[in-house]
Amino acid sequence: MKNRTEDSPQNSEYTLFLGCTVPVRALNYEISARKVAEKLGVQLSDAPDFSCCGYPIKSVHRYAYLLMAARNLALAEKKGLPLCTLCSACCGSLTEANHEIQEDEKLRKRINEDLFEWVGLRYEGGIRVTHFIRVLDQEVGRKKITERVRADLSSLHVAPHYGCHYTKPSTIYNRTEDPEDPKSLDELIKATGAQSVQYEDKLQCCGGGVLAIDEQVALAMAHGKLDHLRAQQADAMILICPFCNIMYEGNQRKIEKVYQTEYKLPILYYPQLLGLALGLEPDELGMKMNRIKTTELVKKINRRAD
Amino acid sequence: MIDSKTFDPNFKFLIASEPGGENIKKCFSCGTCTAGCPVREVTDRYNPRRIIRMAILGMKKEILSSDFIWLCSSCYTCFERCPQNVKIPELMNAIKNIAVREGYLPSSMKSQLDLLASFGRLLEVTDFENEKRKESNLPLLQGRTEDVKKILKKLGFHREEQDRG
Repeated sequence: MKNRTEDSPQNSEYTLFLGCTVPVRALNYEISARKVAEKLGVQLSDAPDFSCCGYPIKSVHRYAYLLMAARNLALAEKKGLPLCTLCSACCGSLTEANHEIQEDEKLRKRINEDLFEWVGLRYEGGIRVTHFIRVLDQEVGRKKITERVRADLSSLHVAPHYGCHYTKPSTIYNRTEDPEDPKSLDELIKATGAQSVQYEDKLQCCGGGVLAIDEQVALAMAHGKLDHLRAQQADAMILICPFCNIMYEGNQRKIEKVYQTEYKLPILYYPQLLGLALGLEPDELGMKMNRIKTTELVKKINRRAD
Repeated sequence: MIDSKTFDPNFKFLIASEPGGENIKKCFSCGTCTAGCPVREVTDRYNPRRIIRMAILGMKKEILSSDFIWLCSSCYTCFERCPQNVKIPELMNAIKNIAVREGYLPSSMKSQLDLLASFGRLLEVTDFENEKRKESNLPLLQGRTEDVKKILKKLGFHREEQDRG
């Protein structure tokens, strides 16, 4: 794995792709991501006319999905910067469409004819798509993160949840990371000084993908993992996808009701954890918006004098 | 009882001609997909090996009209592990695409299509949302984009009278 730790360009620049969920339901993810990006010299610029990535209609009409993804890629291409997502499903969906369009000339031609005629856009295939967490892991690098840590998180035991689309299907990500044994989020957690908790079914899907089709099935999937985390007495679960958050935080109370149990497990986005380590205040990281209170967790952090 | 007279032997070829379904005939029913499936772990209504076997046998109507094809969570665990590279989540999408063309569109997917056509996103960005964003010093977002509706209309997924607000 390529891991630029030293002498990496100080001002890597990306267009931020927010998708549907983040800018409406996960402001704390967006706020904290922008804050830590600023702190670490990653520039994120905006394009307000992006739409949904296309992922939700892949199962209904694959070509419609490709066109929606291509439209976003075309808008990104106009800005000339690589595209960086916060949502793992957006990352998977745009990366896959990007590969297909880049590799299949016939498909690219068809898409561009339709896209131009219907919405006046073309995509030539010149954009790179990545995930914000991968930018932190590969562009910023763990070494730089460790150097910038200003608070002592060593008493925090937090559990990484990779989710699915950050590593899979590994073919679209050129196997950047082994999907059966991913390490980047564990290592990024350790870089903040916190302990990365290992637990049963660590790589299990959150269930979000079937939430709209069958809520009880989705809740049952999320329930198992919450049980395993409680068994390890984790202080929090660390996420990198807003849809996983809908399952583990948004639906945590519902799962508690259905299964007659209690977790009260704080759910943090990785940039929130990182922000705390970098010495940012919880309020600056949107922690007030975390539905499951993080007060106890924050108390465990020792502030170091600069 | 399964009546083999009702089977459509061409169903597997139909799936194989659909993007994502190309490798269906490579499946040798080992069950690796089902063994590692997180949905199968919580419900026996979803069983990818069974669905593929049914498809290869030609049980077209049973599959296309079923609820179970929509239960794949697209986690791609089976995609990574399948020894025959059947690309099961993509295969399921191919089957679902065919099902939609045959008139089987689950109501929740229909609602998602309507939202996408109306707002270009699954969640509407209202003035209220933008106000919240402003308070958090986040850049404002365009409330809706018409492009997605145009795309869906051209592909026959949206009609004028379905327009919202």
